[in-house]
Amino acid sequence: MNGDGTSSRATDVLVVGAGIVGVACAAAFAARGATVRVIERGPIGGGATAAGMGHLMVLDDAPAEFALTRRSCELWTELAPDLPPRAEYSVAGTLWVATDSAEFDVARAKFVRLREVGIDADLLDESALREVEPALRPGLLGGLRLPTEAIVYPPVVARWLLDRAGILGRPSMLFARVARIEPGRVTLDDGTVLAAGIIVNAAGVDGGTLTPGIVLRARKGHLMITDRYPGQLRHEVVELGYIKNAHGAALESVACNVQPRATGQWLVGSSRQFDVVDPRAEPRMLARVAARAIEFLPCLAHMNVVRAWTGLRAVSVDGLPIIGEHPTQRGVWLALGHEGLGITTALATAELLVDLVERREPRVPAAAFDPARCVVARAS
Amino acid sequence: MSTRVRIDVDGRSIEVDADASLAAALITANVATTRTSVRGEPRGPLCGMGVCFECRATVDDVPHVRTCMTRVRAGMRVRTGAPAAAPLTAAAPPLARLDADVVVVGAGPAGLAAACAAAQGGKRVLILDDNDGTGGQIWRRDAATPAATWRARAQRLGVLVESSTRVVGVHDERSLLAVRGDAARVVGYGALVLATGSTERFVTFPGWTLPRVFGAGGAQALLKSGLRVDGSRVVVAGSGPLLLAVAATWARHGARVVALVEQAPAARVRAFARGLWARPAKLAQAAWLRARLLGVPFRMGWWPQRIDSAADALRVTITDGRRVAALATDYVACGFGLVPDVRLAAVLGCAIERGAVVVDDEQRTSVPHVFCAGETTGIGGVDKALLEGERAGSAAAGIRSTTSRAMLARERRFAAALETTFALRDELRALTAPDTIVCRCEDVLRSDVDACASWRDAKLQTRIGMGPCQGRVCGSGVAFTHGFAVADARPPVFNVPLSTLCGGPDSGA
Repeated sequence: MNGDGTSSRATDVLVVGAGIVGVACAAAFAARGATVRVIERGPIGGGATAAGMGHLMVLDDAPAEFALTRRSCELWTELAPDLPPRAEYSVAGTLWVATDSAEFDVARAKFVRLREVGIDADLLDESALREVEPALRPGLLGGLRLPTEAIVYPPVVARWLLDRAGILGRPSMLFARVARIEPGRVTLDDGTVLAAGIIVNAAGVDGGTLTPGIVLRARKGHLMITDRYPGQLRHEVVELGYIKNAHGAALESVACNVQPRATGQWLVGSSRQFDVVDPRAEPRMLARVAARAIEFLPCLAHMNVVRAWTGLRAVSVDGLPIIGEHPTQRGVWLALGHEGLGITTALATAELLVDLVERREPRVPAAAFDPARCVVARAS
Repeated sequence: MSTRVRIDVDGRSIEVDADASLAAALITANVATTRTSVRGEPRGPLCGMGVCFECRATVDDVPHVRTCMTRVRAGMRVRTGAPAAAPLTAAAPPLARLDADVVVVGAGPAGLAAACAAAQGGKRVLILDDNDGTGGQIWRRDAATPAATWRARAQRLGVLVESSTRVVGVHDERSLLAVRGDAARVVGYGALVLATGSTERFVTFPGWTLPRVFGAGGAQALLKSGLRVDGSRVVVAGSGPLLLAVAATWARHGARVVALVEQAPAARVRAFARGLWARPAKLAQAAWLRARLLGVPFRMGWWPQRIDSAADALRVTITDGRRVAALATDYVACGFGLVPDVRLAAVLGCAIERGAVVVDDEQRTSVPHVFCAGETTGIGGVDKALLEGERAGSAAAGIRSTTSRAMLARERRFAAALETTFALRDELRALTAPDTIVCRCEDVLRSDVDACASWRDAKLQTRIGMGPCQGRVCGSGVAFTHGFAVADARPPVFNVPLSTLCGGPDSGA
C-alpha cells in the first residue's frame, strides 16, 4: 500500500494524460482486464480535448490516415447509443464546400474515392448545396456531403469513458503533474515514483517533454462560439481549402469550419499557427477566423459571440499520429501527435495500441504510425 | 407624467412610458417573462444592468437583445420566448478609430472622478460605458446632486462620453476594441483607467429563478429605468446596505415594502449603523434613515429559504434558523452583496487577488499604463470610488492627486467594516437544493456541479458558466456554495456580433 492510497494490487498500465486519447487507451486496456491508472495534471479532458470541435470525420488524403479515421468513426458509431445526452452526439453530417472549380474537382475526386470504398457521400451542385444548407451564401460552386458524420462534446465523453471503465475514482484516477516517463516507471513532480509494466504517454503537446527525443510541434488554434440560434445550420460546414490548410506546412492559415452544436450554438473555426504556444486569444487571428466564416455563412455577421478560446494541437514530423512502442524504451508506449484529429481517432488509436501491446495483427496497419520515425537521438 | 408610446409585444399592442427601458416597460405592463430557458422555464429580468442576459427577447427581428439595456421606441416589435433566427442584413459598418490620452471604462462615480481629474490635468479624456447614460448603477438617471454635479463637471472639462458602448477586449498594443450596436471601434489610449464597478452576488435557493424575483441592484436599476411599482408589494432580502437603499427607493415610489430581510445578525448591523452617524456623507446612513422613516419592517438575522409562485403572487419563505415565516408579495429584490467586476482587468492581464484588482498607492495595476479605481479594486461604496477615481485619473494624467491618503485609508477601513458586518452566514450554503438551478443560462443543477472538482472541471462537464452571461451570475454563486476559485479571462468581455471582431490589428484601423 502506497502513501497515496494506491491499492496493493500492482498496476499493469499507467496512462499519462486524461485527454480523449489517454482515456480511450485506458478504457481499452481496462476492457482487456488490465489494472489501469490514469495521471492527469488538470481536469479530465481539459487540454486539446476541451479546445477542439469534436467533429468525427473521415479524411482520405493519405491511406494510413484514411484507415485510422474510418475505423475510428465505425467505433464511434458503435459507441453512440450508449453515450449520455450531455455528450451531445449528433449526426449532423459534413458539408465540404467548393469556392472554385479547382476545389469542386477536389470534391468530385473525393466523392469517387469515398463511394468506391462504400462511404455514403453526395456530390452537390450549387443549387443542391443551397437547398441542403440555406445559410450558405449564394455563388458557391457546390460541395460534397457526408451525411453520416457526427459531432460530440469531447470532455463529457472523456469523463464518461473513464467512469464506464471504473477508472474515475481513486486510486485509479490520479490528479498530479508528471515529471518524467521512463521504462517501467513514472516520476511525479513531487518525487513519487509509480511503477507499471506498460506506460502510455498520451500527454498531448507535453508528450515530447515527458519522453525526450519525441519531436512534436505545437499548432495553435482559435475557436469561437455563439449564443443559441437553433435550427439555422444543419451541417458542419467546412471549406475544401481546409484540407490544404490542415496538411500544409504554412506557418499560419485560416479556413472556414462552422459546426451546429446540439444546443443551437454555432462553433466557429478554424485557424492553425505553428509553434505559437501563448494561450491568449489573438484579436488578429479572431478577426481572420470571423471574416472567413462570415464569407461562407453571412448570417454569422449578426450572431453574438459569447466566448473565444484557443488550444494547442500536437503535430508530429509528418503530421500523422505516433502510435506504438518507443523504439528504444521498452514498455513505453506512445499515443501522441494527433494534430486536429484526436477526437476522431482516439478510439481506433486505443484499439491499435492494445493490438500492438498484445502482439496481435492490428486491424489498422501500424507501420505509418511507428514512433521510430519521430524519435531523434538525444545529443547529451 | 411621461410621454406614452405604443409598442407591439407578441402581437399585442400595449402602451408604455416612452423614457423607460424596455425591460422596465414590459414588467410594468405585466409581461414579466421575457424568455424561455433551456429547460423550458419562464425567465425575466434579474440584474437590470446588462449582466445576466435573462431579459433577452427578440426586438425588431433581432434575437438575444438585452431589454434592460434597450430604450422603448414607438412601434417597437418585441417577441418573448424562443429567439428568432439571426437576420441576414447588410454588412456591419467599417471599423472606426478613436484616440484619447486617457480612456476610462465605466461612467460611475469612480469613472467620472477619474475622467475629471485627468481632464483637469490637461488630458484628452474619453469615457466608455455600456449604459445609455452616465452615473453608473448608483447614479443611474439620477438628476440630483452629487450625480448632477459630477456630470456637469465632466462636461465642463470637455470629457467625451461614448455611451451604450461595450468593451470587447484588447485590440492591440494600448488599444481596446469596443462595440456600439453593430459598429466596432478601436479605442487607443495613452493611459487606461478601469472603473468597471461590481456585479451582484447571488446566493442560489429554490425559486430564485422565478420572474419578478430581481437582484437587489436589479430592483434598483429597473426602478430607475422606469419600472412603476406604486401599489405593489416587495420583499427585500439578502444582505448589505444596498437592501436599505432598495427598500427606501421602492417605498418612495409607492411600493409597500413587506419586509427587509437581512441575513446578518441584528447586533452586528446595529453596531455598524452606529458607526455611520460619524459619517454624515454616507449614503447608507441616509438610506437607513429613510427606510426607518418610511416604516419598513426590518427582519435582521433572517434570510430567504425559498420562493414559490402562488396564483397571482410570490410567496417567500424566510427563516432565522429556528422560526419560519411566509410573506406574500408581488416582487422580490434579493441580493447578497457585491463582487468586483474584474473581467476586463483579467483579459488585460492585471493581477487579481481575492476577486479584486490589485493596485498600488496611485491605483496602478500590475499592467503598465493601466489604472483601476472604485468597486473593481474592492467593494467600498461611492466615497471610496470617488477618491480612488480622482487618484487614478491624476496618476493616469501624470499629475499629483489632490486627495489625501488618510481619507482613502478611512474609506478602506469602512470597506473592511462592511465586509465583516455583512459576511454571509454558513447556513446560506445549505439553501441550494440538489435540484436548484445554479446556472441560469444553461439551467445547470446543483447536483450536477457537486461531482466536479473545480470551476473549470464544472464548466467542461456541466456547461455551467458557458452561456451568454459567461459566469457573471453563477460564478459568484458557486464560489460561495462550492468554494471554487472562479476566474475567467476570455474575450470577448461582452457578447458582440461576430462581424465586430473582423477588424483585426492588420486591417488598417
